[in-house]
Amino acid sequence: MNTASLIGSVRDRFPDAVSASHTYRGDATVVLRRNFLLGVARFLKQDPALQMNYLMDMTAVDYSTFGRRPAPAFFSSSGVAVSPSSQIPDEDPWPGPPDQSRFAVVYHFYSMAHKHRLRLVVPVEEAGAEVDSLTSLWPGANWLEREVWDMFGIGFRGHPDLKRILMYAGFEGHPLRKDYPVKKRQPLIGPIN
Amino acid sequence: MLSEMNPASQSHPADLETRDMLLNIGPAHPAMHGIIRIVAKLDGERIHAAEVEIGYLHRGFEKMSETVDYNGVIPYTDRLNYVSPLINNMGYCMTVEKLLGISVPERCHYVRVILSEISRITDHLTCVGASAMELGAFTVFLYMIKAREYLWELVEKVTGARMTVSYCRVGGVKADLPEDFAEPCRKAFEETRKVLAEADGLLTRNRIFVDRMNGTGVISREDAISYGITGPFLRATGADYDVRKDCPYAVYDRLPFDVPVGTRGDNMDRYLVRMEEMEQSMRIVERALRDMPRGPVQVHPGTGRPMPAAEMVDLAKVGNIVAIADDTAVTCPTLEGSGRASHPSIATNEKRVFLPPKEDTYGNIEGLMQQFKLVMFGHGVRPPRGEVYFPVEGANGELGFYVVSDGAGSPYRVRVRPPCFAIMSALSKILTGDMIADMIPTFGSVNMIGGELDR
Repeated sequence: MNTASLIGSVRDRFPDAVSASHTYRGDATVVLRRNFLLGVARFLKQDPALQMNYLMDMTAVDYSTFGRRPAPAFFSSSGVAVSPSSQIPDEDPWPGPPDQSRFAVVYHFYSMAHKHRLRLVVPVEEAGAEVDSLTSLWPGANWLEREVWDMFGIGFRGHPDLKRILMYAGFEGHPLRKDYPVKKRQPLIGPIN
Repeated sequence: MLSEMNPASQSHPADLETRDMLLNIGPAHPAMHGIIRIVAKLDGERIHAAEVEIGYLHRGFEKMSETVDYNGVIPYTDRLNYVSPLINNMGYCMTVEKLLGISVPERCHYVRVILSEISRITDHLTCVGASAMELGAFTVFLYMIKAREYLWELVEKVTGARMTVSYCRVGGVKADLPEDFAEPCRKAFEETRKVLAEADGLLTRNRIFVDRMNGTGVISREDAISYGITGPFLRATGADYDVRKDCPYAVYDRLPFDVPVGTRGDNMDRYLVRMEEMEQSMRIVERALRDMPRGPVQVHPGTGRPMPAAEMVDLAKVGNIVAIADDTAVTCPTLEGSGRASHPSIATNEKRVFLPPKEDTYGNIEGLMQQFKLVMFGHGVRPPRGEVYFPVEGANGELGFYVVSDGAGSPYRVRVRPPCFAIMSALSKILTGDMIADMIPTFGSVNMIGGELDR
């Protein structure tokens, strides 16, 4: 199934859920409203025409400093931007980060039967950052969601055991948030038990 | 003391109290290949439940990537899967190339494929050798490390380093293959094949080995897919998903190779799949060496002569660039193969992405400016705004990079999908129900690499 019909089939089935969609560099992407996530994911997994049986990857992006990062003042305008060549597909221009939402949770699905991929982007506001857990559909989502919680502080409704995974239990803050300083140090602690 | 803690077994009188015993294996344990903690709940020797704890090797790869420029991430990717760093290099570079929308020359694709297949063999050798050693077959471990040494010598010939190679660049590779690379490659493969035949003879029908591998660490195909497991671990269950076949990248669609699959999804099948994959990788390399477009030919035979780089700079400074226009700069040995002759076949012609050959940097102002525009603080590669995901077949499974750019000189977000993360998340399910001794071959066949698991 090509990227346009992939996006189309999600859009047709859930007209209210899809807030935007695009195919940038050949990656089909659907931006979802967050309360529809579980339903759409179940549809992707179970629909015979899609059969997205793999939750390949899941992560989040903190868009709070997008385009506003401190650049070295003197050189800031002299970097050269590269324009893409025609050899790599660029069907739609990239629409940019989701408006007004600080975070976006990003899912990458893959179908082994049909060999197609789809990216779901779920914008999440900072206040009450929480989305539905996909652990009921893919047990592999368990650790992935723990990692997103650990790194970004985004909660997952219905997760069986949401706790830190890469950092230790006493760690303060969520390191991949853009307001977490790169060089911040926290005391090394011994084993808790 | 042990009998006090764990008095339970079926033969004991029924009035004895039975209790599960908690056994803490790791974080620092010789069988844990790095630092992993498994808290196992034991009933006798049987594992009732297991909790796997990771994160002891977390170095903040993704956070650090946001602070350096696009080429600066490459040394960090070496340290993800440090047994096959070339595949990580390639995965990251191809992701950024997709984001930039540029393509690389055909020969560059072949060079990357050859080196990533050699890396796959070294990775599998390490995995099979180490897990055989843990089952008592120390000889096999030594043999396999010997074979790995031959392959690392090949890698060293090309990249100048054995492990932390940093060989790929966004838009190409650092240097071309050395001349007559096929010959040492043939010799190394001959030795590797001998070692594989020996290891096969020592292990595949060895009673001790087979008894411990057969039927242990079983996972069904459905479970493996639902956990997102890929690579040899998945293929041992019978599913034939391989990124090189199903979503071909570089030139894999032109190279013939088979994808070995197992049937039972146990440790023995994973061992057999890995053994066959090494043979297939050698097949790919041999074919690629035969098929790849011809390497550099001297552009201006007769006039070009090798000249020390410093001398070239001196001549260029006084404006005598006509005299040195065709000459080649003699640079430090680590830059061998990156000269003007081989440059067009290993690097993209997009000047805003790839460094010029050293002859141009030293010999003319355009080259010097191009070099400075790429290496000076605040300059460098600037992809347009966007997000891309690109998977390659790592030694453990699908190795995917997800890169978001905001148009600045450093990535906005770099995410790596580490293949053994999915396997480790299924580990507690795989271990449950097995004996404690089965944990060793099962964990060995996961091929847990701390660097990529914890990042």
